[in-house]
Amino acid sequence: MTAPDTTTGLNRQFATFFMRDLFFGIEVHKVQEVLRSQEMTRVPLAPAVLRGLINLRGQIVAAIDMRQRLSLGPRTADQEPMNMIVRAEDGAVSLLVDEIGDVIDVVSESYEPVPETMAPHLKQLVEGVYKLDGRLLLVLDTERTLQLQ
Amino acid sequence: MEDNELTKEFLIETNENLGRLDQEMVLLEKHPKDATLLASIFRVIHTLKGTCGFLNFSTIEGVTHHAETILGQVRNGERDLTPELVSLVLESVDIVKAELAAIEATNRESGVTYEDLVARLSAAAERKSAPAPAMAPAPAIVPTPPPVATAPPPVEAAEPETAPVAKQNDADANSAAKSGSVADSTIRVDVGLLDKLMNLVGELVLARNQVLQFTSRLEDASLTATSQRLNLITSELQEGVMKTRMQPIGVVWNKLPRVVRDLSSQCGKQIQLEMDGAETELDKTIIEAIKDPLTHIVRNACDHGIEGPEARMRAGKPAQGRLMLRAFHEGGNVNIEIADDGNGIDGQRVKAKALSQGIIREDQAERMTERELANLVFLPGFSTAKEITSISGRGVGMDVVKTNIEKIGGMVDVLSRRGAGTTIRIKIPLTLAIIPGLVVSVRQERFVIPQTSLLELVRLEGEDTQRLIEWIGNAPLYRRRGNLLPLAFLDRVLQLDDGSGGVPDVLNIVVLQAEDRQFGLVVDRVNDTQEIVVKPLGKQMKGISGYAGATIMGDGHVALILDVMGIAQRSGVLAEGRTSGRGDDKSSGDAIVDARNSMLLFRAGSFERLAVPLALVARLEEIPRERLEYAAGRPVVQYRGQLLPLVGLDGQSGVDSVGDADAPVQVIVFADADNRIGMIVDEIVDIVEEEIHIRRGSTRPGILGSAVIGNQVTDVLDLQAVISAGDVGWFEKTKDVRVLRVLIAESSAFGRGLLRSSLEMGGYAVSEAADAADALAKLSATRFDLVLAALDLPNDGAIRILESVRGQPETEHLPIVAMQPVSHIDSPARIAHHGFAASLSRLDREGMLRSLGQLAKSLDNEQPAVSGSRGNSALYQGSKRMDN
Repeated sequence: MTAPDTTTGLNRQFATFFMRDLFFGIEVHKVQEVLRSQEMTRVPLAPAVLRGLINLRGQIVAAIDMRQRLSLGPRTADQEPMNMIVRAEDGAVSLLVDEIGDVIDVVSESYEPVPETMAPHLKQLVEGVYKLDGRLLLVLDTERTLQLQ
Repeated sequence: MEDNELTKEFLIETNENLGRLDQEMVLLEKHPKDATLLASIFRVIHTLKGTCGFLNFSTIEGVTHHAETILGQVRNGERDLTPELVSLVLESVDIVKAELAAIEATNRESGVTYEDLVARLSAAAERKSAPAPAMAPAPAIVPTPPPVATAPPPVEAAEPETAPVAKQNDADANSAAKSGSVADSTIRVDVGLLDKLMNLVGELVLARNQVLQFTSRLEDASLTATSQRLNLITSELQEGVMKTRMQPIGVVWNKLPRVVRDLSSQCGKQIQLEMDGAETELDKTIIEAIKDPLTHIVRNACDHGIEGPEARMRAGKPAQGRLMLRAFHEGGNVNIEIADDGNGIDGQRVKAKALSQGIIREDQAERMTERELANLVFLPGFSTAKEITSISGRGVGMDVVKTNIEKIGGMVDVLSRRGAGTTIRIKIPLTLAIIPGLVVSVRQERFVIPQTSLLELVRLEGEDTQRLIEWIGNAPLYRRRGNLLPLAFLDRVLQLDDGSGGVPDVLNIVVLQAEDRQFGLVVDRVNDTQEIVVKPLGKQMKGISGYAGATIMGDGHVALILDVMGIAQRSGVLAEGRTSGRGDDKSSGDAIVDARNSMLLFRAGSFERLAVPLALVARLEEIPRERLEYAAGRPVVQYRGQLLPLVGLDGQSGVDSVGDADAPVQVIVFADADNRIGMIVDEIVDIVEEEIHIRRGSTRPGILGSAVIGNQVTDVLDLQAVISAGDVGWFEKTKDVRVLRVLIAESSAFGRGLLRSSLEMGGYAVSEAADAADALAKLSATRFDLVLAALDLPNDGAIRILESVRGQPETEHLPIVAMQPVSHIDSPARIAHHGFAASLSRLDREGMLRSLGQLAKSLDNEQPAVSGSRGNSALYQGSKRMDN
């Protein structure tokens, strides 16, 4: 839950994505690339949140279903998830998200800590909130997100 | 900064030189007159001294100065090289090494001055022309001066591996030129870079596989030609890069001469080390992994294997022992053999030790071959060394050797011949990064099984699937050349099945080896074998057992590599006899009991195949039908002057329904000292003696459970139930004899049943408890004379019972007997330490009754007030009524 450096007023850049009606951002330097829906090998015995393994140019990458991770309910059959590949300590991990948004700049003045009233399953994965024009950007805590029990 | 660079260079170079120095010093001891060798050693020490002077490492400089002086004297022929001097020089080398480590870590010397060594070095340098007195204090060396005794034989043996050094004719000039040329043709490469290259080649191999697959579809001539070339180049590149990671096993062996030398002088032995195949190459990671196990085995061989010179002479062997290291390639594996010509492993001592530590049972031990006995040394906690030395014998070691080697997919075996020596054979794969694997599929998913675990493939079709697969409860078994192979269905293990159950028409069984057990994995399809590149799984996948990694197939899809051990555990095919450590996942009533017993097989009633322990059977009789009589409405027969009551399997006297009306009746007579009962059966089938695996308690009255006997599923008779159903008064007790009350605490219903039978036959009154809580409740409600507690009760139940019983004054002295689980046998010492009155093998019925009889007797003696007069022993109490 590190707050951004407000003293210098430096702007941060976020790669954004949508989950249902929620708007999330991951700091752009943590994101390796974004890919369309990939062929996936499912992993029997794995928890539902681990949707499978994809072949990313010879690297084997685990795909985490963000619908499951955020407890947002299943996708409809025709919804193909997108892969947001994020860098992790031991290689890359793919986050399966509903839709990819733009890369946006935010100013640190618009930052707010996580509202107390946010649903617990969301709250534990969100670092903070940026107030944008007409919508809120939820900053995803990638480290926690990648930690599956 | 510049200085740092210089120091780094110095460290790398010196470490290399010192590695060689160790070896050369040991050689020099054997060939003290070898001027070339001496010159080479002298040069290394001299250079070292010079460089240290330049870099201002004064401690090393001082130590090496004295060593140089001594070596100089030897070189100039002013004195002979004694073992003492060699030790001194080697000691100096050790200190130099320690200092180098300090320099590497802190950039400066440690500051220790080593006054003692320096004093001894300078003293030795002073007293130059006194070789005789210098010999005397060397404790390890036996009267024959080693140079004379040992020089001739090693020449040939040691020649090959020392050739580069020893064959230089004109020492200084020549070798300078030579080392120059070596330096020109080799470069140092960071291992990290090689690892990276290896990874990239792995990728390339995968890409190549994909290209080849596309090409086969497109049928374009030029594309095919190009991809063929790509194929060849890739294969060569893969080979080449793998070679860069290869190191000769000599890298590890180099330090062994020193180890052997030090050990033999410590133990007062003479050992000649021979090495063959030092150039055999292995992947660097594997070299790392076998370093310690190898050293350990060599130490063991020196310490335990090879005898002292006197013992060897007495045995008619040369005083000098031989230790032979051999390495060679064989079918994608590297074999390493460590052979000594020592005393061999004493099978009897191993046996005695294993028995005393409770690692094996007596009846097991009787049947073990020498080879099996020898392999016991790999069990944890095992050491036969008579005394613990600083070198080995602390009971840790060989098991670690085995685990380390198995960790890298290797195998280790020991062969030993009494008096002639021991050979330890290690078989390890060449590399770990690319392995051959078998691709199988189940429910449209592909999986790879590492070929090292694969034993064979079996395909069953049509009625064979019905005929050759047998079920014991839910556990399918396949009859493979007369042995039962437990089967696991991969789809069920991975929870991929749709719940349809049943056995498909075609069964593909992949027979696998998991540790020391075999099992069959049933898959939908066996595709093919492939070289696969093993990729690690990310940490998100940790905690899911069953997978060893993943790989990318030719079509670009990811496939999981199965962890055979994990799959075996998940499927439960390894569950039997492996309760320790995983005790809590399965404590239901269908525990398994193993035993090697003589069993009488017979047919009776609706049962085609029944078995009863032969130990319970007194006689087999054929009784003509006309001799059957009825007394009080029950069938009896006059038998040896008494009436023998007859019962059927169901306890009823179904004489009429049995067999032909004219044929004689087959009767099994059960008896103890006072009672007899005959059981009418249809046919006596056989008597077998074999290891019996009994599983699942039965709910059918009169049946204890099922076992595989003589390769067929057989039901085991619950004799006690039959007798009591027969109500012939066997178990009624006369008034004046107090019957000992025994409580059995055992989680397996089947185990309890078996015990109960035995004990009730022996005249005890038996109650059962399924767990510790149950037992304690029963103990507080009823008074018992004895408790039999299974050591494998869940949650340390036996100990809990023991503690709770000891904690209460009225039960303080109640004897509690520990029943050993078959799989995991504790040492008697440990059992006694806990405070158990005795420990018994659960399956040794005779032994158990004997011990209980003794306990009962001692109870009598200690507590005369408790019971009245009793017969011989508790074993033979029982009703006399039957005889009247």
